[in-house]
Amino acid sequence: MSSSFSKGSARSLGIAIAVVLVLGMIAVPVIGSRALVQDLFSVLTLLVLALNWNMLAGFAGLVSVGQQAFVGIGAYVMFACTILWGLDPLVGVLVGGVAAMLFSIPMAFFAFRLNGAYFAIGTWAVADIARLVASQWTALGGGTGTSLPKGTTKDMFGVPFVKDLLDVSSAAAADAVTYWLALALALAMLTISYVFLRSKMGLGLQAVRDNLEAARSVGINPTRLKALVFTLCAFGTGLTGALIFIQITRVTPQAAFAVIDWTAFVIFIVVIGGIGTLPGPILGALVFYALERLLADYGTVYLIALGLLGIAVMLFARRGLWGLITDRTGFDLLPLGHAPPAPLSETRQPVPERT
Amino acid sequence: MSEGEPLLAVEALTAHYGDFQALFGVDLHLDPGGCVAIIGANGAGKTTLMRTIAGILRAGAGRVLLDGAEIQRLAAPEVLRHGVAMVPEGRKLFPSLSVEENLLIGAHERKGDGRWNLETIYDLFPILRERRRNPGTALSGGQQQMVAIGRALMSNPRVLLCDEISLGLAPVVIRDIYAAVPRIRESGTAIVVVEQDIGQALKIADYVYCMMEGRVTLSGRPSDLSREAIHDAYFGVSHDLA
Repeated sequence: MSSSFSKGSARSLGIAIAVVLVLGMIAVPVIGSRALVQDLFSVLTLLVLALNWNMLAGFAGLVSVGQQAFVGIGAYVMFACTILWGLDPLVGVLVGGVAAMLFSIPMAFFAFRLNGAYFAIGTWAVADIARLVASQWTALGGGTGTSLPKGTTKDMFGVPFVKDLLDVSSAAAADAVTYWLALALALAMLTISYVFLRSKMGLGLQAVRDNLEAARSVGINPTRLKALVFTLCAFGTGLTGALIFIQITRVTPQAAFAVIDWTAFVIFIVVIGGIGTLPGPILGALVFYALERLLADYGTVYLIALGLLGIAVMLFARRGLWGLITDRTGFDLLPLGHAPPAPLSETRQPVPERT
Repeated sequence: MSEGEPLLAVEALTAHYGDFQALFGVDLHLDPGGCVAIIGANGAGKTTLMRTIAGILRAGAGRVLLDGAEIQRLAAPEVLRHGVAMVPEGRKLFPSLSVEENLLIGAHERKGDGRWNLETIYDLFPILRERRRNPGTALSGGQQQMVAIGRALMSNPRVLLCDEISLGLAPVVIRDIYAAVPRIRESGTAIVVVEQDIGQALKIADYVYCMMEGRVTLSGRPSDLSREAIHDAYFGVSHDLA
């Protein structure tokens, strides 16, 4: 068997497994328990947050510790849309994403003046300011927060239809709808990341991360490229934040802008999975979920174990678990290599011979 | 320098790093398809001049003209679009990208086809064809310099700015790198080379500028410049005293 055939077969097998896996995941609300739907919803939303952070830190070199700002803004705006303006919560999710994106523009204006650790601290500070502002929003409960009115999710777009279709309770139907939306978000984020990173702009982004001045010397505008990625990731993170809080049904500044929940765990997922790779966050989210289930009854031991694992990976497998797998097997599930833009023979022109 | 219209003209250019003035009224002319060398000791302002022409560093007073059009207020991507590409000092390859990706990214701002593409770069530096899948930074210093030059050529520039391309390389490697210069010139690309090796600069350039402390202290055709005059301009001391 030739190596190219083996590689092609492995790729076909990988695609087939991925398709079966996606179909299986779509079917979970139909065949699985409600607890499983809720668990997988958590995994999927963490995965989307991780994919967004991975795009920022792994590919654009923007190590943000302020992603909780976008989660919180998405959540708060979704609550405002639902409670104050009477909109459907799913419309609120979309508006929440847009609000997070709009907030990221002035945030980028300040944060992009900082580099490295200062950028990380700057984004954290901005996120904390956003939390303080949210805690002053008295119409949404101020510092103690507020809850979605009872029955809001039962009337949410698509829920009555799913309720009749699956013959389940309104609460289970609402879980199914938010689960499918989280699955769609994860698949969309994965696809968009893959297509973007294989494009000319994706190559430019990685060049900016590698060497800013050299990137400028080849005509890349680093600020424009990083700003584009930063705002788009804010949109994705805001959408996810709003979706998460539809299921939680209650929002407080502490919960919505929690740095541990929405940034620290996300960083952990990306680091142990493999920063700067696309399968890495998927693997990291699964490992995180498994650890969370295994160690749920051990209180703080759970956090200590997460920390120790994170340190071990950083010391002994700097490219994460996915890096270990690709190093051992040579198989890359989502390779980001760039093909030449056009057949070389069509554009080839002779170079003067050496005289 | 010449009677015809220069392709690139730098007129009374100044540049600053904060409060520190690094360039003081620098003049430079480059003919179409020509090659000029800028020599000078460390801190003379050679790299600053290149970075200012390339739009990486903001120009103070003075002008940079490309085919008669002012480009000194343009940002680096715009300058590149106008046809001025730079090979930065120290190569500055992108470590996470392969040799081929490093070359492809040079065509980031290119519109349409041109003389330089992957094949013609591989013809110019055949070793890169063999190493095309390797990480750019896994190559030897000389091969990395070839990638850096190829990357800049991929934008099909009219002017190629080469900053210290022989720095840290063995003489035999430097010879291979400079062997490509005539072929690049024959393709219609004019070259500005920053070089500390005076002998090398005099060998490849039509015209030489010597800089010291941000000023051009001597300029002329290599055949018109005596070693003593270059020595004085380079070190800023009289040859007789040195």
